[in-house]
Amino acid sequence: MIEAHGITVRAGNRALIKDISFNVMPGRITALLGPNGAGKSTMISVLSGERRPDEGSVLIDGVDLKLVKPLALARQRAVLLQNSTLDFAFTVAEVVGLGRLPFTASEQAADDEAALSDVRRIAGIEELWEQLYQTLSGGERQRVQFARALAQIWHRRGDETPRYLFLDEPTSALDLRHRRALLETARLLADSGIGVLAVLHDLNLAADYADEVVLLRHGEILSAGETKATLSEDNLSICFDLPVEVMVRPDGRSVILA
Amino acid sequence: MDKGPMTDIVQASLPPLRLVRRPFVLAGLAVLLGLTFVLALAVGAMPIPLREVIAILFGFDADSQSQAIILGLRLPRAVLAILVGAGLGLSGAALQGLFRNPLADPGLIGISGGAALGAVGIIVLGHMLVAIIPFAADPRLMPLAAFVGGLIATFATERLAHHRGVAATGTLLLAGIAINAIAGALMGILIFMSDDNQLREITFWTMGSLAKGGWSGALLAGPFVVLAILVMLRYSQALNAMLLGEREAMHLGVSVERLKRIVMVAAALAVGASVAVTGIIAFVGVVVPHLVRMAAGPDHRIVLPGSALLGASLLLVADSLARVIVIPAELPIGLMTSLIGSPFFLWLLLHRKGLKS
Repeated sequence: MIEAHGITVRAGNRALIKDISFNVMPGRITALLGPNGAGKSTMISVLSGERRPDEGSVLIDGVDLKLVKPLALARQRAVLLQNSTLDFAFTVAEVVGLGRLPFTASEQAADDEAALSDVRRIAGIEELWEQLYQTLSGGERQRVQFARALAQIWHRRGDETPRYLFLDEPTSALDLRHRRALLETARLLADSGIGVLAVLHDLNLAADYADEVVLLRHGEILSAGETKATLSEDNLSICFDLPVEVMVRPDGRSVILA
Repeated sequence: MDKGPMTDIVQASLPPLRLVRRPFVLAGLAVLLGLTFVLALAVGAMPIPLREVIAILFGFDADSQSQAIILGLRLPRAVLAILVGAGLGLSGAALQGLFRNPLADPGLIGISGGAALGAVGIIVLGHMLVAIIPFAADPRLMPLAAFVGGLIATFATERLAHHRGVAATGTLLLAGIAINAIAGALMGILIFMSDDNQLREITFWTMGSLAKGGWSGALLAGPFVVLAILVMLRYSQALNAMLLGEREAMHLGVSVERLKRIVMVAAALAVGASVAVTGIIAFVGVVVPHLVRMAAGPDHRIVLPGSALLGASLLLVADSLARVIVIPAELPIGLMTSLIGSPFFLWLLLHRKGLKS
């Protein structure tokens, strides 16, 4: 479990996020939602160990993140960032292969081939495999980066080390079908025991796939908890400063309209 | 294949993956190095037949004059060319990975200038300080001074050009110009202070030449260059991760700040030691890695050793040409590499897609 305790991050005098606490649980998808500038990406950078909070602490499986070495962290947690640029002519295979970098010269290096073989099918990038990354479209690049993150958290059956996947707007460049496909994959990963934290813009994707939702507004938690209860008309209308309507379909799925 | 939970997620079944590796590129470059090495020993004001060159190398009896030329003159020079070429090529490749910019050349970003300033400082100031510090003019101090000068220049360029994990081409080159200008100005002061003898020596540093090094030069630079090369080779995978971005590399477990310090210190060491013995030899660091990348892609596990091999070959060829073009005189090799390298650099600037600052 990754626990955020009273996280505050300041830039100059302004607090980007204020006193935020929540948990990312193995086996669950936690969605981080909120308007632009609410502090979602800042929160991801704190939880992933990239940025030290000014106040508060992050624990990963009970250990303070400050005490965990970058390599040890990389072996159990992958991060998919927004807007990765690559100016060098790597093939897709090479980019995805870099996801196995933390396991170089370790016992798990023996799994590299199995991991890459699995993730290229999961991410649906078999046809792109030998192509140059630079020649891909934005959406294809995003799927390749997703596959790289999957390769990083791939593990053998019976390996019980908790693993986590952080996704910062993973669907921003994807078309309708691939958005669903990516979250279906995240769902399956969570079901296999991985803790997923995703910053999402599409509220309906969050409603369909997230187990828990954290609603951020002005750097503070507006509401957090089980998805259906948290994504209420009242909460969403306040959060996004816009009248939001939540309709429940006969099959129980919520549809959010704004 | 049934190994992990993700295997369950996979529906279809594909044959196992085989990543394409390109070991033949390295093998080819090693063969090229062997050929250029023998060529460099054979050509010169007095050409020596290849059969005789090989006989001498393997210790068979041969014409004593040829033996003296090869073992006393050409062999140390060729060894120096290999050391310097390998050091410059590999340093260039490693810095380009670190800065995520294929145009980062030790010369262009100011390392060579800083290193030359350090070496020239020993020539001029060393003689003035010799009364106070007896060993101040010892030529063995030059690699150290060149290393320090190069190191300061490297860190200064990094400070000036690095913003949010990327050294944008424009800023990087501008920072290099600024650092080179400062080094040039300080060098100007030293030149102004120097006497005729020192002036001749300084001119030698700025043009670059393998002529004066000899065995002592090779022994002086050798340990530093070899050490730096071995250090940089260890970080090929970390440099691959850096190409994805600094944050991405960090999330892949790379200690980014530590990597930067180690690679910059190692590059300054290799370039500094080279410059101390041979003066400034420009463009090797940008041309060579680019050619290797064109042949084998950007994977540093191939680009780093490949750049060392090709850099060594290139310098052997350039030096062979420098020795035969204007017999009985010879051109400074720095002039040769600049003549070849600057048009290539210009071509790179014009044709590189995505060259934005």
